[in-house]
Amino acid sequence: MAYNLKEIVANKPSRFTEGHRMCAGCGAPPVARMVLRALKEEDHAVICGATGCMEVSTFIYPYTAWTDSFIHTAFECAAATESGVEAAYKSLKRQGKLPENGTTKFIAFGGDGGTYDIGIQSLSGAMERGHDITYVCYDNGAYMNTGIQRSSATPKFADTTTSPAGKVTQGKMQSRKDLAQIMVAHHLPYVAQTIAVNNFKDLYEKSEKAIYTEGPTFLNVLSPCPRGWGYPTDELMTINKLAVETCYWPLYEVVNGKYKITYKPAKKLPVEEFLRPQKRFKHMFKPGNEWMIEEFQKEVDSRWKELLDLEEMTNKE
Amino acid sequence: MSIRERLSGNEAAAIAMKQINPDVVAAFPITPSTEIPQYFSTFVANGTVDTEFVAVESEHSAMSACIGAEAAGSRAMTATSANGLSLMWEMIYIASSLRLPIVMSLVNRAVSGPLNIHNDHSDAMGVRDAGWIMLFSENNQEAYDNLIMAHRIAEHKDVQLPLMVCQDGFITSHSIENIELIEDDKVKEFVGSYKPEHYLLNRKEPIAIGPLDLQAYLFEHKVQQANAMRNAKKVIEEVAKDFEKMTGRKYSFFEEYKLEDAEIAIVCMNSTAGTTKFVVDQLRNQGIKAGLLKLRMFRPFPTEEIAKSLSHLKAVAVLDKADSLNGAGGALFEDVTSAMYVNNVHVPTVNYVYGIGGRDTTENQIKSVYDDLLEIVKTNKIDNPYRYIGLRK
Repeated sequence: MAYNLKEIVANKPSRFTEGHRMCAGCGAPPVARMVLRALKEEDHAVICGATGCMEVSTFIYPYTAWTDSFIHTAFECAAATESGVEAAYKSLKRQGKLPENGTTKFIAFGGDGGTYDIGIQSLSGAMERGHDITYVCYDNGAYMNTGIQRSSATPKFADTTTSPAGKVTQGKMQSRKDLAQIMVAHHLPYVAQTIAVNNFKDLYEKSEKAIYTEGPTFLNVLSPCPRGWGYPTDELMTINKLAVETCYWPLYEVVNGKYKITYKPAKKLPVEEFLRPQKRFKHMFKPGNEWMIEEFQKEVDSRWKELLDLEEMTNKE
Repeated sequence: MSIRERLSGNEAAAIAMKQINPDVVAAFPITPSTEIPQYFSTFVANGTVDTEFVAVESEHSAMSACIGAEAAGSRAMTATSANGLSLMWEMIYIASSLRLPIVMSLVNRAVSGPLNIHNDHSDAMGVRDAGWIMLFSENNQEAYDNLIMAHRIAEHKDVQLPLMVCQDGFITSHSIENIELIEDDKVKEFVGSYKPEHYLLNRKEPIAIGPLDLQAYLFEHKVQQANAMRNAKKVIEEVAKDFEKMTGRKYSFFEEYKLEDAEIAIVCMNSTAGTTKFVVDQLRNQGIKAGLLKLRMFRPFPTEEIAKSLSHLKAVAVLDKADSLNGAGGALFEDVTSAMYVNNVHVPTVNYVYGIGGRDTTENQIKSVYDDLLEIVKTNKIDNPYRYIGLRK
């Protein structure tokens, strides 16, 4: 369907409003704003936020930045909480107990802490049960809200406050978990990995598909953190672009099991382009640590190849 | 006409839930409450209820889903026991702080560890300060009746708090006893429909629930919760009066069994009250003025009423089916003695921890407690107020 993204961005009112207290240069607010912009204007939404940066900065009593209904309960259970809201909607609608006609959509937001780690059980359960929920993980690659502790989404070698670059160990010694693939293994109708780049086209379109695909859907959105990653606040969009152009963060979607890589860089940049501007990888550029960059590059390459293979394999007639 | 049946405590709870017909039930199996969601699932499968059943992957998610469902504007119920309640613990506090009248059937069981599946009250005692109304039930009839009254209490505009109905695991949950059920239509009319003032699914008035609530407001919000708990007392009384009109069955904060002219008495909760009544009758036949105070309403705690009710006694024994592991008394003992002290009632009072991990509590053991009380009256001496019943020597 032909549409003008600029017009949509300019004309649709934002459902995530100004006044929130997220940091300058944080990747998460544009994600929330653009995901919600994908809602049809006439549709109501109930948003659930896991405890984390986004929740504690957008809903401080007595203020809220959310114009739709919003609920926050705890860190690890945004998916379970939202599944209860959705179950209530189904039940009340079926019984004719809702006073208004119209559609309500259900969207949950969680950081990588609340999604990859403490919340993965709740997420897995809600997805398996088939609730009509879109779960959005804004993945900033560490527990930023509590002060940059490692998570299972933290990339290898990253310097965090619980995986510091020291004399014996050099940052996080383990590779990051691939949550999007775990979600694909739930056989959901729609899973996508995206980011806020190129006028938000990829993010907007995937959000729209996720929200308006019936059943449980999942979006994994890379969401840089200037404090945790150590980049100047005005460099957010550059960091996002480098994550994609180096294939550190491939953009793809999986529709009913079929993979589609939605952006293939014409010239894949070396991953050090993405690593260099970030203080969390500074120690990797010290003389004698070249092996770390090499190893990081190898992992990016093998994951990118795996994705290309999956795309080919799942699209065979 | 009421319906005469023979049901286990779990069946009674499930039948009450069927008659209440909640919009959402989210539950996870755990012994000995497992049968409740099992029975309820068959009602869902056969279309005898309108409920959306959410077969969650854990009790933490059960309570989270109940919170979401209740906040959305629907009636949500669950059932659990022991470690299930422990896993919910974080959400138990959140449910009450968000002022959501969720109703839970808690089939009491020992909390691990070590693992034990049998009855004591350590699960309930772990959430006694979590802001839930807590009603205890001697038998299947009371477990059923308390559930039928639950929503009227929890959803009352002056209350708006979650409520749990406790009964003893296996002892009542799996024992089949006679029961009088109320007709479906009467229950429906009594319980009424749920009309929350503000709810997530009201698209005309979007709301935000569960903020970050800092130094400026949290204190006042907690006092509102505390006041709601205070208000619950009056509502529990009013609902009991209406219930009595419908069924003829009378409920108060507690039941006084041959207490009025008693000189010695036991205070306890749930099924042990049945055994104690039997012993009281035997002692009365021997001319001993024994009595019982069976507490139904543990939260809110009826401080003044309990103190008044015990004020004429010569000695009291408070039975705790959970050890507080605090080097002092059990939770019920501390609440009862504190109530007496604050209300200027000075009766020699001793504490017995009993029945831990399902250890059987016999009539002889209860009788030995009354013997101890007679001894206290005679000697006017309490050597150790913290005692055990039925402990291996």
